[in-house]
Amino acid sequence: MTERIVAAFVPLVDCAVLVAAREQGFAAEAGLDLALVKEPSWASLRDHLSLGHVDCAHALAPLPVALTLGVGHVQVECIAPFVLGRGGNAVTVSNRLFDEMQGAAAFTDPLETARALAAVARRRVPPLTLGMVFPFSNHNFDLRYWLAAAGLHPDRDIRLVAIPPPLMVDSLRAGLVDGFCVGEPWNSLAVAQGLGSIVATQSQLFPRAAEKVLAFRAAFAQQSQSVARLLRALDAAAAWADDASNHAALASLLARPAYLDLPQDIIAAALDGRVHLASGADVHDRSFLYFHRQAANAPREDDGLWVYAQMVRWGQIAPSEHAERAASRVFSPALYRDSVRGTRVDSRPAPPPFDRIEFAAKDVPAYLRQFDVHTPFADVQAL
Amino acid sequence: MTQRSLRILIIDENAARAAILEEGLRVVSGGEEGGTFLFNHIRDTANLLARIGAVDPDVILIDLENPSRDTLEQMFQVSRLARRPIAMFVDKSDSATVQAAIDAGVSAYVVDGLRKERVRSILDVTISRFHAFDRLQSELQQAKSALEDRKIIEQAKAILMQQRGCSEDDAYVLLRRTAMNQNRKIAELARSLVAAAALLRAGGEHD
Repeated sequence: MTERIVAAFVPLVDCAVLVAAREQGFAAEAGLDLALVKEPSWASLRDHLSLGHVDCAHALAPLPVALTLGVGHVQVECIAPFVLGRGGNAVTVSNRLFDEMQGAAAFTDPLETARALAAVARRRVPPLTLGMVFPFSNHNFDLRYWLAAAGLHPDRDIRLVAIPPPLMVDSLRAGLVDGFCVGEPWNSLAVAQGLGSIVATQSQLFPRAAEKVLAFRAAFAQQSQSVARLLRALDAAAAWADDASNHAALASLLARPAYLDLPQDIIAAALDGRVHLASGADVHDRSFLYFHRQAANAPREDDGLWVYAQMVRWGQIAPSEHAERAASRVFSPALYRDSVRGTRVDSRPAPPPFDRIEFAAKDVPAYLRQFDVHTPFADVQAL
Repeated sequence: MTQRSLRILIIDENAARAAILEEGLRVVSGGEEGGTFLFNHIRDTANLLARIGAVDPDVILIDLENPSRDTLEQMFQVSRLARRPIAMFVDKSDSATVQAAIDAGVSAYVVDGLRKERVRSILDVTISRFHAFDRLQSELQQAKSALEDRKIIEQAKAILMQQRGCSEDDAYVLLRRTAMNQNRKIAELARSLVAAAALLRAGGEHD
């Protein structure tokens, strides 16, 4: 019997595995009717997930952690048993900001680029405004971490605003933001329209970062018979999507009005990791965004602890052992391991970030003490 | 104790829905003990933070699928607005209200410390007004298609009258009988008849 399962998604290249599972028949082979619902914003996706209007969602990795901890919304325990994509984000700046940075940076070393941006930011009145997609997103955390490494305080020296991905390019065009961090293909679209330049990629800043996960309400995942079958279908779909020889077909699926509704060539370039960088050294970086290689789909508790550490650093939550445990549980690999035969879990640590400061998942408080720039929880509460 | 008026901000690109909502809330406002409601409506969301700051609302009502919600929620976390609305409804445990609101496509942001019953009555009205607006839309749609049906049936009758040299009444009886025999709606049959006639005509005259 065919079981229906409904997944929400936001139009981005990294919803590819869900689209491939539906359109290439992987879900149907597993006896599932996988329905996909497009969401206009992350808040809308979160609300539909938390109240059970959809069974699961293509989610920013920090989103199920925030829901589980009850930050910024009702508290709903979630799990993320499958990583839908690693990498895929980039930082784009407006032509004006790019011109102002140009003297100071060759755009090859992310730290140097951050310093050039910081130098402009210190001169700007009113402050520079940068777009990111949601308070609980790698985009928010990555921008903060990256600019703080150049000595900027992201809550004092610049303005960060949350804008849903489909509105990002228009916001740049209208001059509402000076730059942004967003997932593809929205960076490449801004470049193609002559509105800005890509100055850094997520794969340069934080290699192998778990970017999007499939998030479930924990209660649903526990009682549903279809979750294990869905994970197996997604694993097969991810292997298909990761194969470069399928990228043309995948790009044509994603380009459809029901999904991204954007030009196929821009989507194909993002899938291949062909990104026009401001340095002129256009990369063909196969690790820019990937769906299956290097045990990409297995969630790791360290991915959850990373999110926890960023939430503490920027004052979204108070540090606590309870929250730390809850965040790591969201990314438990158990369900993935039990559902998908022959999985490998990559136990190697991810390569260090651009600043060479290794993430120490075993001792998050000590890890966080290495950073001068942070926003204590108490300061946020006092606002 | 005197209460200040409750400031309600409606963020909606749809002016008609905002008007319906405001009208409904005014009725509740009249029956409120201590203080009435003050309304503000923002239609486009440019420079949202400054405008919200100027209004200083107690309650913000916004369409669930309005893409500005991401911006709004983040502002509440980092803004230096004097009084920050807390995200999403007054009582996190009141999931039935949250569910009803989301079913209706409403999201609300409420300043902390506001009395639960007051917020509850506002939300109830908002939910029913959102539903009423949806009903209105679909009634409008129905009325429009009924009008179109009538027009197409008139055309089909004219074609039959011309082709068979019959009266208007006979043409209608013929249409109705054929529709019944084929288990179709009259309008549906009329539409295919008009389409077929147009096709035949196009073959002969190129009009």
